[in-house]
Amino acid sequence: MSAYPQIRSFGDTGFSVEFGEGIDRGINAMVMALHAALTDTRPAGLVETIPSFRALLVQYDPLVTSRADLESHVRGLLGGLKPQQRAGRLWRLPVCYADEFAPDLAEVAERCKVTPQKVIEIHTGGRYFVYMLGFMPGLAYMGGLEAALHLPRRSSPRTKVPQGSVAIAESMTTIYPWESPGGWHLLGRTPLKLFDAVRDEPILLAAGDEVTYFAVSTDDYAAMLRQVEDGSFDSASLRVKP
Amino acid sequence: MSDAGFLDVIAPGLMTSVQDLGRLGSQALGMPVAGATDAMALRIANAVVGNPENTGALEIGYLGPTLVAAVDGVRVALGGKAKLTVQPAGGEARSVKPWRSLLLRRGDKLTVGAVEEGGVAYLAVAGGFAIQPFMGSLSTYMRSGLGGFEGRALKAGDKLPLNTVAAEGEERELADDIDYGSGPVRVVLGPQEDRFTAKGIDTFLSATYTVTKEADRMGIRLDGDSVEHTRGADIASEGVVTGSIQVPGNGKPIILMADRQTTGGYTKIATVISADLARVGRMKPGDTLQFAALEVAAAEAARREQEKMVRRLIKGIRTALPDVMLDLNALYTQNLISGAVDAPSGY
Repeated sequence: MSAYPQIRSFGDTGFSVEFGEGIDRGINAMVMALHAALTDTRPAGLVETIPSFRALLVQYDPLVTSRADLESHVRGLLGGLKPQQRAGRLWRLPVCYADEFAPDLAEVAERCKVTPQKVIEIHTGGRYFVYMLGFMPGLAYMGGLEAALHLPRRSSPRTKVPQGSVAIAESMTTIYPWESPGGWHLLGRTPLKLFDAVRDEPILLAAGDEVTYFAVSTDDYAAMLRQVEDGSFDSASLRVKP
Repeated sequence: MSDAGFLDVIAPGLMTSVQDLGRLGSQALGMPVAGATDAMALRIANAVVGNPENTGALEIGYLGPTLVAAVDGVRVALGGKAKLTVQPAGGEARSVKPWRSLLLRRGDKLTVGAVEEGGVAYLAVAGGFAIQPFMGSLSTYMRSGLGGFEGRALKAGDKLPLNTVAAEGEERELADDIDYGSGPVRVVLGPQEDRFTAKGIDTFLSATYTVTKEADRMGIRLDGDSVEHTRGADIASEGVVTGSIQVPGNGKPIILMADRQTTGGYTKIATVISADLARVGRMKPGDTLQFAALEVAAAEAARREQEKMVRRLIKGIRTALPDVMLDLNALYTQNLISGAVDAPSGY
């Protein structure tokens, strides 16, 4: 007997549908399936949906619909819901792991009892899944980090993490779209802008996408950064699969 | 720069930013909604100057700006309560009323004083600002420097571009006050009410909380009795709504407001109902509040009732009666001329 899916109240403007416990691709596939089903059918009064690891938050306008009506519509969808098979885009993103961009690489290596080179190999060898975005515009929580590199977050978070920093914590990796405070371990930096207000689509990644990393030299990093800054860099070229 | 001219910002006030009803549709990408913390006042102020309700206006926090019209014909209205004066170039300052439209002429200086009765007010401008929307909205999200006027609060020297030049014509005013409600702030328990002890829920629904100084557009941190968790304050990050009440490890509730992040990893004991969001959005440090729980259906009914009031207020916007306060100076002058006033000096 399963207690899921479970519906929880967010006042008179939302409710969530929880599909299970923990961070799990199978559970998240159901979240993304409901997200897609609601985005496709757009029932009256639906404002928008926010997918997260194990739940979909459904926001609605109580002047157009009601919790009772929208919940019954959602329950109707749940029966026919297939785990979201439609894979998102696959990205191949450049990371420079040079010392100047990787203040935590040596410590991560030491704590994980591997060489720094091995940390880079493991990090670039993975294929990561974007479970959700949040915390700040465009920040992607990407799961699938190899267990050899699992570490809790830093005990004292940094007050300033530079934009583009590529980081790990627990089973996740992320890229900071903005300079911000942060408690993850910094392994490198990408010249890309995960958020770029002047781009047609300011936010690069979406929930359901997959990401791989490839290492670049400081020279390549600098060249790409110049292109990114003068607007000549084509971020679509980073998509292995559209 | 727009051909319709602009408003010169002489003094920015304490926290003045362009806001509309928020940036919806991109929360799945982590993009916060932002927007007015008192949506009712914004909508009605826009209606007073003849704008669509979702037009971007200036949200004024605590102390208003001083603006000079750099063009003939800028129709404005203040939604909220604050002392307002208008001073023509080289002329005398005169008081004007809030909730009433007013045509500024070139060189007129409009000064918005301290906000009274709540911490926010709105200055709506007929035709709105000539600012390109960002991701569908004029709302300013200051934390990331996005949207609105250059992604930030106003500062002295800014020139706010306008869409239209307003013509002479009748002025309009709001006939009745907005009823923000009173008594406990109403909430629906959940989504994580099962992560609090019975005693914790009881504390939450009976204690009196005080709005702390760490209250801003992102969240209202409360001080008061700590709410007891069953097993810690952390959950897997998930979406949140405006009005979500997070309780972190210290047990002190935080009401998430317009600039909230899209997701959060703390247990949420309850959600402020949408009909009480404007009232909460107007609260200032030192204000106190209590919470009372009700069911979702009752919360929805309260919101529909409130919407009826808003519609009634907007429908009741009428041709403005001559503004007595506007004419104080003229009356005074006439009285002196006619010799009808025999007031003690200094009166």
